[in-house]
Amino acid sequence: MAGSAESKFNIHPMDQFVIKPLFGDQSLVWYTYTNQAFWMTLCFLAVVFFFVFGTRHKSIVPGRFQASVEMIYSFVHSMVVDIAGREGLKYFPFIFSLFLLILAGNVLGLLPYSFTFTSHIAVTGFLALLVFISVTLLGFFKNGFKFLSLFWISSAPIALRPILLLIEVISYFVRPVSHSIRLAGNMMAGHAVIKVFAGFAGAMGLGAIAPIIAIMAVYGLEMLVVVIQAYVFTILTCVYLNDALHPGH
Amino acid sequence: MADSTELLVNGDELITMGKFIGAGLACTGMGGAAIGVGLVVGNFLSGALRNPSASAGQTATMFIGIAFAEALGIFSFLVALLLMFM
Repeated sequence: MAGSAESKFNIHPMDQFVIKPLFGDQSLVWYTYTNQAFWMTLCFLAVVFFFVFGTRHKSIVPGRFQASVEMIYSFVHSMVVDIAGREGLKYFPFIFSLFLLILAGNVLGLLPYSFTFTSHIAVTGFLALLVFISVTLLGFFKNGFKFLSLFWISSAPIALRPILLLIEVISYFVRPVSHSIRLAGNMMAGHAVIKVFAGFAGAMGLGAIAPIIAIMAVYGLEMLVVVIQAYVFTILTCVYLNDALHPGH
Repeated sequence: MADSTELLVNGDELITMGKFIGAGLACTGMGGAAIGVGLVVGNFLSGALRNPSASAGQTATMFIGIAFAEALGIFSFLVALLLMFM
């Protein structure tokens, strides 16, 4: 497509997802400070700065910054109370931190030359597995073996219950898979599409105005998708938490 | 019937050809995802135009439904990308 002699594309949209060490070219071991670690640190600092700096006056009538901080807090708070009930508020710090990590990671990945750490299945898979294991353990500790009534649907006819049991168990174990791939796939797909269009724009000379407009459109869609995916990850965590706290069909 | 049994393309190019064809086939999955998202939003709209005051509370459910329906389209797009560029 770029007019080269070989039969492959000259566009490499997957190069932006490679993890490399930040300083120098050493080999990657578990303690190397990579670009992913740098962006995770940046997200953490951004979130801490936003919240600490925003509430430094602690005024009863909030100014602009404090009002935006309070809006985000009350948004996640009402989401947890709506879905998981008042008992779910005990787990509110975890859900809030999860929401802010994913939101900050996604949004900071929109900057040019940045690295979206939520596009790696290693990160989102770990977060989804964390949610899955903790919710299952919580269900067993809170409800004992009544937690298994999640799979035995007593409102269905007795002949159908074994088949429904199989379906429910399978769909319960597929939850971390879909939970993680949804976030990672959305982030990777959005950024890869932008890179592919950028490759087109590089090869077209004066006609590059068309891919540039397409990049602008996809970028706007990306801004919407980024916030929605962070919201969906968190609201699904609340739904799974509700299933653990109040199992029952 | 030719006597020789060698391929007209070598193995590497055959693999690349297979990858590109597979990537194109994987993109058909996104059509189903688009129809699914359209169903969710269309039903939400038709309900919201009948009962506007009750619709504000269900926009959250609509977004969850959109994310579920869209996720499978993204899975198929991911397969296409992985085939094309890796």
